[in-house]
Amino acid sequence: MQTENYLIRKSSLEKLFTNLIGNGKTIYAPKAKGDLALFAKVDAFEEITEDYIVTANSAKSLVFPRAEKLFSYKKSKENTEINDAASDTFPDVVLWGTRPCDAAAFIPLNNNFNEDTPDIIFSKRSQKVLVMSFSCSRCNEYCFCTSVNGGPGNTTGSDILLTKLSEGDYLAEVMTEKGQLLVKENSDLFEGAPEEGKERNLAQVTTRFNQEEIQAKLQNLFENPLWDEQSRACLGCGACTYVCPVCSCFDIQDEAHGNKGTRLRCWDSCGFGLFTLHTSGHNPRDKQGGRWRQRILHKFLYLPNKSKIAGCVGCGRCGKSCPADINILDTLTALQGEPHHG
Amino acid sequence: MDNKNIYIPYLMRIEKITLEAPGVKTFRLKFENEQEAEAFSFKAGQFGEYSIVGVGESTFCIASSPTRKGYIECTFRQAGKVTSALSLAEEGDVIGFRGPYGNTFPIDEWKGKSLLFIAGGIALPPMRCVIWNALDLRENFKDITIVYGAKSVDDLVYKHELEEWGKRPDIRLVTTVDPGGETPEWKGEVGFVPSVLEKAAPSSQNTIAIVCGPPIMIKFTFPVLEKLGFTEENIYTTLENRMKCGFGKCGRCNVGEVYVCKDGPVFSYDQLKLLPAEY
Repeated sequence: MQTENYLIRKSSLEKLFTNLIGNGKTIYAPKAKGDLALFAKVDAFEEITEDYIVTANSAKSLVFPRAEKLFSYKKSKENTEINDAASDTFPDVVLWGTRPCDAAAFIPLNNNFNEDTPDIIFSKRSQKVLVMSFSCSRCNEYCFCTSVNGGPGNTTGSDILLTKLSEGDYLAEVMTEKGQLLVKENSDLFEGAPEEGKERNLAQVTTRFNQEEIQAKLQNLFENPLWDEQSRACLGCGACTYVCPVCSCFDIQDEAHGNKGTRLRCWDSCGFGLFTLHTSGHNPRDKQGGRWRQRILHKFLYLPNKSKIAGCVGCGRCGKSCPADINILDTLTALQGEPHHG
Repeated sequence: MDNKNIYIPYLMRIEKITLEAPGVKTFRLKFENEQEAEAFSFKAGQFGEYSIVGVGESTFCIASSPTRKGYIECTFRQAGKVTSALSLAEEGDVIGFRGPYGNTFPIDEWKGKSLLFIAGGIALPPMRCVIWNALDLRENFKDITIVYGAKSVDDLVYKHELEEWGKRPDIRLVTTVDPGGETPEWKGEVGFVPSVLEKAAPSSQNTIAIVCGPPIMIKFTFPVLEKLGFTEENIYTTLENRMKCGFGKCGRCNVGEVYVCKDGPVFSYDQLKLLPAEY
């Protein structure tokens, strides 16, 4: 559908929040916790913080929970009864305050879960999530969305994108029918489109590398000493994959309590040695270098080769969260042959 | 189909358990649900996720032939958590099965050709599916040769079937055990599969070679096959990497850009040569 533009006053945001809660929506928004801003369930408007560039966690757990029930079972000697988790009711969620990078991540996430074999649990969850993003007026040295086809005011993946204008009110760009419905249900809060555009209100995010060039270079880089060199400091902790809004590798594990239990889909990480370990003891990725290579190639070669979209949205969380200070931006700029001075 | 939860297993009852070798068992499985049984079909080379609810899932090929209707069989060695739990299951118990997944051996394209099967150890099960498929359509193929080796006589799987194949005039069966693994009664070869294969020297004329075994066996078998005159596109193998989902989502079984679970597990040697050594 064609984008529809509206104005929403700063003073109307709280009213919108109250209406949404009144309509039975669950709202997830950035909430301050110590020095961090984290996506969390909020019950009152005051709980939402505006003081963040990117939240410490991504919003992916709303569609891909850290541990998600696939089914539950009850077992006896004669019988096994299975209860499909896809018939559960999933909550109506408004994701309030995602950044454009996090919203863009829903596209590759959806590709992974719905290409070839549709994943009904993922689809049911995502259908019930409305993404209301806020453009970025600030960025930090870790941000590189503009290098991966994104931007501080990019609308990809959002149902509605709000951009703060010079007077403090917001431009609301409505991209989807889901967003349209929200506007319709709260029509008294949305006014005609403002004169002021969003461009001058956005952060200046420097382009650090050319994604197509990186993709071309990676084509013949499988056997290369750089993977071992770059991953020497890696602890294999998996933090980079857990904070990544796109990473969606998972494990399947059972949790049993007596004769009842659940089969769960849990976040996993290509950074772990166990990830690819065969029962025989053989491991096709037996060194951290091979695992680091997998992470880079999956995001910047395999995925763009397959669906034109990189498995990275440039949020910078992985670099920021790494206890060994490994920054993916260094890897990528080094690949391009240009040193990164972050 | 689109509305189905792809992680829900079929419930299958264990109809028969055969002890093949120490720690190695074959389960014959039948669908609990008639409609599911009717709708189910698979082809040689495909695999599935077998599970005990409350313990987890494990990946094995379907070891029975699609020509044998009404059941599937799997053969596994007790090694980890899930296979240990499966090992404790008894006839009549119900286990979970998801599948079939993956591509298949192009057995229809092999009509009119000779087939050479080469397997090592616990890698005979993925091949047994194709062997019986071919034997049940015997008139479609010329010579059938099976070269099979294991660590010791005890470790050979499908002992009854080996005996049956050995007696058939329309099969050439060569069995071998690793040096030191023979018994006084052993009448087969003693030696590793690649060298036994070289000695047996089956013809490569109009022949497809299907190889499956541990990585080290595969590595030394390919050069022997090339020496015997097999071209890369006439050599097939089936790969196994650690898997969880079985349909290309969980992200661990890829070899370079290729997912073993959905682009494989069956690859020809010329396809394999283009892939990085990540298996």
